[in-house]
Amino acid sequence: MDKIVKDNRAPVSQKPLTMPKPDKDAIGATVGIEINGNPYKVLIGTTILEACRQNNIHVPSLCYHEDLCLAGVCRVCVVEVEGMGTLQAACTFPIINKIKVRTTSEKVRKARRHVLDLMLSEHYGECYSCHRNGNCELQKLAKEYGVDSYKFGHVEKRRYQIDRSSYSVVRDMDKCILCKRCVRTCIDLQEVGVLEAKNRGNNTKITTFMDKPLADVICINCGQCINRCPTAALKANDPSDEIWNVIDDPSKHVVIQTAPSPRAAIGEEFGLPPGTSMTYQMNTALKMIGFDKVFDTDFTADLTIMEEGTELLMRLKKKLVDGDKNVMLPQLTSCSPGWIKYIEHFYPDYLDYLSTCKSPQQMFGSVIKTFYAKEHEIDPSNIVTVAVMPCSAKKFECNRPEMDSSGFKDVDYGLTTRELAQMIREAGLYLPDLPPGNFDDPFGDASGAGLIFGATGGVMEAALRTAYELVTGRPVPFENLDIIPCRGFDGVKQASVKLEKVKPEWSFLEGVDLNFMIAHGTANAKKVMESLVRGELSNIHFIEVMACPGGCLGGGGQPIPTSPEIRKKRAEAIYQEDAGLPVRKSHENPHITYIYEKFLTDGPCGHLSHKLLHTQYVKRGKFIG
Amino acid sequence: MIDIKQNAMTEEIEMLVGKFGSTRDALMPIIQNIQINHGMISDFAQQEVARMLDVHPVEVYGVVTFYSFLSETPKGRYIVRLCRTISCDMAGKEAVARAVERELGIRFGETTADNKFSLEYINCMGMCDQGPSMLVNDLVFTKLTPHTVVDILSKFK
Ligand code: SF4
Ligand code: SF4
Ligand code: SF4
Ligand code: FES
Ligand code: FES
Repeated sequence: MDKIVKDNRAPVSQKPLTMPKPDKDAIGATVGIEINGNPYKVLIGTTILEACRQNNIHVPSLCYHEDLCLAGVCRVCVVEVEGMGTLQAACTFPIINKIKVRTTSEKVRKARRHVLDLMLSEHYGECYSCHRNGNCELQKLAKEYGVDSYKFGHVEKRRYQIDRSSYSVVRDMDKCILCKRCVRTCIDLQEVGVLEAKNRGNNTKITTFMDKPLADVICINCGQCINRCPTAALKANDPSDEIWNVIDDPSKHVVIQTAPSPRAAIGEEFGLPPGTSMTYQMNTALKMIGFDKVFDTDFTADLTIMEEGTELLMRLKKKLVDGDKNVMLPQLTSCSPGWIKYIEHFYPDYLDYLSTCKSPQQMFGSVIKTFYAKEHEIDPSNIVTVAVMPCSAKKFECNRPEMDSSGFKDVDYGLTTRELAQMIREAGLYLPDLPPGNFDDPFGDASGAGLIFGATGGVMEAALRTAYELVTGRPVPFENLDIIPCRGFDGVKQASVKLEKVKPEWSFLEGVDLNFMIAHGTANAKKVMESLVRGELSNIHFIEVMACPGGCLGGGGQPIPTSPEIRKKRAEAIYQEDAGLPVRKSHENPHITYIYEKFLTDGPCGHLSHKLLHTQYVKRGKFIG
Repeated sequence: MIDIKQNAMTEEIEMLVGKFGSTRDALMPIIQNIQINHGMISDFAQQEVARMLDVHPVEVYGVVTFYSFLSETPKGRYIVRLCRTISCDMAGKEAVARAVERELGIRFGETTADNKFSLEYINCMGMCDQGPSMLVNDLVFTKLTPHTVVDILSKFK
């Protein structure tokens, strides 16, 4: 059967935004329009909404999202276009001739208010008991339009049950306004395809295949749908009440590890501009909240590099020197639990390509409950490990049954950036005002290499900094160790580094071009996997994949909203912090040397490492039984 | 047993794909055919269609639930669909509805225990001038009264 290749399911009529716009200097590229009586020049093909936003004219929107294809379903963005009988949706109206637009006429205002009243008539919820209170687009609109009564009534009783089946995502469809952003996120942006609308008219409901609980379908827990939902209909599974309980329990030793991305974004929850790094203020806040120890996940990111880099070199040796047929190359990274679940569902026959390394979060958990517990003489059964993550999939990951190599549940709770911000607020703290504080020893100081794990390409860059030096004895040949080809937000990046003048023990790598690829967002991962399946990647050695667009800094647990601009700012914050750190290579982190001397004495990928730091995967397949 | 049935379903869908193509727009004719042949489109069939057209199962499910004439659950051999739109309503649909419910012993939205009849409402089907009207599978009956409707249904029993 011949299959046609589709890059996007949206019909062309819905994608004027992706219409190539002319070069702005070309003749006839721009068109003069009038908005509210003032003249503007815009590129042909610009939508009315874009034109307004470029010129700081406010037009409300709900179903529109910068990351997604257009839908035009909510109608709150309606404007008047002279000469057209009906109001037009600004978000889907491409400008191709001289039009006159009014964004604030009486007709427009009344229509928008009407649309809003209709939405509220089907919306169940009281804002003060809602986790999106203060950060909800519907609530904001209601305020903007001065809603003081329910013109068409208000829902008093729940229609649907809350779906709490998933470790990661909670769905409360009574708060859904059917904007379908989550649908477009899951189908078009991530290409997982879990959510769609069922039924029609006022019975429409966003749901999963056969209305099954989210835990029973092929959701990869990436949480990207949460980040794009304008209301509280989708949220992460919040463990903070349980965490408060263990903090208040004096018999428990509560340890928290913080991933690289939350610190670059949590400021947004406190009104700071995106890209404000809050690393040290966050440490203070965590101490004040009552965590006994505050550690840096970057430490186990460094550990991951040691393990994963060694694994790669071993695979290269086995493949190139020993000709071992059972060794799979390219090696795929394994630190993104969303990606792991994606490949388990969609490419179950390719699990051997994955690195066997656990994610840094899980490595941390098993190191804490073994090495740390022993060194500090704490009964591991009294240790509770919490992980602050930019990610909702980490909640699923820490609950995977095989994640107990310390003899206990390695990581007890995964906490998102948003949930931590909420805990900080509950503790009565205003993060930006706090004095800086340090991480605790021994897992405090990490290298910049561990830090850049947060951005797409970061794992690759960190791995190269170490692997290159391991093999050649010299630092990577890039200015300031900044491996620029690894950076940026292109969907799939590919580059190579030539290994020259290698150390004698690595002589088989002399002159070899180390070829690597980087993909972020599962839609891009799919492209890479399809090439792999077609056998086109035989010259590639290493592929980094992150499930979320932008890498962890765009994770499903990060502050809402998200946009390409915001993700770029967060990346800048991370790279800036890396540039300023004294140690920027994983293998030079003194605590890494220490742990291999004292604990993992048989070295990276040794026996103990295998027990504690490596894992195996499950062939899930995508059939929904 | 289930395996044999599933293989047969897969083969049937492969045949339909051969006939209608494997692009997105082949979805409707394919699932309509399955509906006609089996009276429903099972979750297995939906996933097989999705696999062969390279769309997501949940998209197929969305389409199946969108249309009243497609169903993901089994229905009775005869599907009785009574129009509930305004013209038929004003022509006396309510009395007919009660008569049908009494005759079949089920409410709207239900199927008889012997799987013979399912009862549903539909919206206007263009027979407004001859209301109240109903469909039994694809046969149209018009100008119904509580009496005639009982006669008509008894012919199907
Ligand atoms: S979703 Fe928004 S509008 Fe609805 S209850 Fe929550 S805050 Fe209020
Ligand atoms: S968490 Fe990810 S995979 Fe799951 S429904 Fe949301 S977008 Fe889809
Ligand atoms: S769940 Fe959220 S994103 Fe999805 S349609 Fe409903 S309101 Fe929109
Ligand atoms: S934002 Fe334009 S229709 Fe929803
Ligand atoms: S209203 Fe019943 S057929 Fe038109």
